[in-house]
Amino acid sequence: MAAGALETEKLCKSFGALTVADNISFRLEPGARHALIGPNGAGKTTFVNMLSGRIPPSSGRILLGGEDITKVNQSARVRRGLGRTFQVTTLFRSLTVLDNVALGIAERERVSRRMWKPASRHDEIKDEAMALLRTLGLADDARSVVHDLPYGRQRRVEIAIALGLKPKVLLLDEPAAGVPSQDSGRILEVLGALPGDIAILIIEHDMDVVFRFANRITVLVQGQVLVEGRPDEIAADRRVRDVYLGEAHG
Amino acid sequence: MSGYTSDPRIKWPEWLPWIAALAFFFTMPEYLALGSRILIYILFALSLDLILGYAGIITLGHSAFFGLGAYSAGILSAKYGVNDPFIGLVAAAAMAALLGMATGALILRTKALTLLMLTLAITSILYEVANRASWLTGGNDGLSGVTMAPILGLFKFDLFGKTAFIYCLVALFIGWLVVRRLIYSPFGAMLTGIRENTVRMHAVGAPVYWRLVLVYTISATMAGIAGALLAQVNQFVGLNVLGLEPSGDLLVMLILGGVGRLYGAFVGPVVYLIAQDYLAKAYPEYWYLGIGVLLIVVVLFARGGILGIWDKWLQALSRQKSSARASAR
Amino acid sequence: MILYVISVGLSVTMGLMGFINLAHGVFAMAGGYVLSTAMARLGMPFPVALLMAFIVVALGSILLERLLYSRLYTAGELTQVLFTIGLIYASVAIARMVYGTLAVPIVLPDYLKGQVHFLSRDFPTYRVFLIVFSMLIILGLWFGVERTRWGAMVRAAVDNRAMAQSVGINTSVLFMLTFALGSGLAGLGGALGADILPVDWGYPFEHLAYFLIVVAVGGLGSLRGPFIAALLIGVADTACKYWVPEFGAFLIYLTTMGILLWRPMGLFGMRA
Repeated sequence: MAAGALETEKLCKSFGALTVADNISFRLEPGARHALIGPNGAGKTTFVNMLSGRIPPSSGRILLGGEDITKVNQSARVRRGLGRTFQVTTLFRSLTVLDNVALGIAERERVSRRMWKPASRHDEIKDEAMALLRTLGLADDARSVVHDLPYGRQRRVEIAIALGLKPKVLLLDEPAAGVPSQDSGRILEVLGALPGDIAILIIEHDMDVVFRFANRITVLVQGQVLVEGRPDEIAADRRVRDVYLGEAHG
Repeated sequence: MSGYTSDPRIKWPEWLPWIAALAFFFTMPEYLALGSRILIYILFALSLDLILGYAGIITLGHSAFFGLGAYSAGILSAKYGVNDPFIGLVAAAAMAALLGMATGALILRTKALTLLMLTLAITSILYEVANRASWLTGGNDGLSGVTMAPILGLFKFDLFGKTAFIYCLVALFIGWLVVRRLIYSPFGAMLTGIRENTVRMHAVGAPVYWRLVLVYTISATMAGIAGALLAQVNQFVGLNVLGLEPSGDLLVMLILGGVGRLYGAFVGPVVYLIAQDYLAKAYPEYWYLGIGVLLIVVVLFARGGILGIWDKWLQALSRQKSSARASAR
Repeated sequence: MILYVISVGLSVTMGLMGFINLAHGVFAMAGGYVLSTAMARLGMPFPVALLMAFIVVALGSILLERLLYSRLYTAGELTQVLFTIGLIYASVAIARMVYGTLAVPIVLPDYLKGQVHFLSRDFPTYRVFLIVFSMLIILGLWFGVERTRWGAMVRAAVDNRAMAQSVGINTSVLFMLTFALGSGLAGLGGALGADILPVDWGYPFEHLAYFLIVVAVGGLGSLRGPFIAALLIGVADTACKYWVPEFGAFLIYLTTMGILLWRPMGLFGMRA
């Protein structure tokens, strides 16, 4: 069987006596639009943190494109094509939007090590950053400082940075979180327009976004995979309704 | 200031410090010793600003590199008779770079208090070593007998300190050019990124640790050169180039001038050392009190130092102008 | 041992409250001065003077906390470091102006002088007293922090001040009292130790490194940690001075580095 874009094998994580992730075996196909849902405290963020390398698993393996990256550190994983966004906006707040995105591109292109030619003369980086901003509707904000932007736009900058890394796998941690409902339509547009060859795993609580975006859903409850399947299957599954959807609508 | 949207060309006000320095040279020859000292500390402050203001590394141990540089150049001359100033500088730079790389690699995985503590420990260890190894360093009495051969065989180190001043000025100029290039380069933008949001830097694939070690080494090298200059210009190395004192003083100077804005490293030492020259000798208790109070005031009300206040004042002025223009229409 | 009493106060402010207070030595110094002044000028007996040291310094710290420290709880580390360095400079200058450059004389009461015979060895009475007293303090603190809700409340308040307030915890008062306790302990430590570590105007600087070492090695947020660390360092220091006097403080620093690199959180550190 061909390697998935991202896979985990029996991934576990315990903090002392507390087991937060229990034998999670998961597979993300290339080009996937996969959502991870579950009630609060299910361990979704821990799982994503293990995938991106922020915390080490207690046991189990993680494979990126078939290669074992379990022991590989965060930034090395990024260089191998694993990008992510954060639930809490993690941007360079006092820098401009262009700088935020350019920093990521410069890393990818290995330009960040250069110490001689001024950054602003590196047109290739700037042009690519501007092009990316245009596709996300942020071109006018290029020179604005991030902390002056409304939250919805900041979330888009977050996605822009991740895209600038040209990842093969993208982990989106609640991209619509905290975004006012007028703007979430924009976020959805952005998500819909993401390149088809990137495998995307999205964690979300907003069921609207999940059902419109994903073609495959995994439900995580108390650190274990409850069920996995197509959106219609999941919506119809009684267990899911009981555990999760019932809570959300209750 | 750095980044992909900044303008790297040298603006005319940036030439002012150099013009001022030259003017100083010609108009105040009696104060050249103080002048050289100021230049050396500006270089030292630039090296600290690189890691403190740009990469965000808080250290109380920068004097380790300064002192190592000073002793390297000093010992080379006093004990081994190698008096060429440039060789002294190169030796100091090499030693400081080695120490910087070794200690940086060792300690830069830690953060905050632990890192601070480790930097302090390193400079204290060096202090102790220098203290005990008096056969090499002169111990508590300091290292004397440092003599300097004429620069390029032509310019003797005269009693009035003229050669010394120009020597330091040229060194500082080169240092300034290097730091300026660095800041405006992609590397500088990356450093700013590390300072602004280290988590995000990791998440864009930057090998943060190695970059920090690199900038730490560069900074150490510069500090080492500054130390060597001190040894060569004073023809003496005292034990107090190591330890908490110079690190603390430097930190105060930099904060006073303004961290992370290149020219804070110029303003700070100038103000501090001139004030110290006047006040500290006359009223030592008041000097410390003054510095303490000043530091507290700066921290509470003027985080950006003197240049920060300058910026705010300029902003207020331009706001006044634009609102005057608006109401005039 | 004195290091412990002084340093535990630092662990309280730095560990529980997360504030990098390099000026801790200032409070210790103040305690020493109060003790000396109380006994010499005001003729108070030793125990009363000790109590005075604790109270006066604690009260004084409240003043400083309200006016200055409280504005910086959320400021970055650099700011806190700078502020406290400024405080050291200012206090050292004031101390010198008021008390001159000599160390203050401490006259121990007769019942604490001399030696105590125990297990066929002679121990200086004062040192024994110090050890016993420190243990009492540790017990008191341990009981107060670990067993009661106070420690948990402070930690909660530090982690998320808004949340803690919404649950009804008065964070300002909490911080103030905690800070006062930490500083008072420092004052007490300085006073207790004044016989062994003379109190003069340069005190905060001279011992800054030691205090920091004890806290960094012991671990922020822990009360046991600095105790063990102070013990270790005290023993190591004495041992070094006895066996390898040429190396002095050198080995202490090396050991500190070793421990910190092996365990960056300190031996018992708890803050992430």
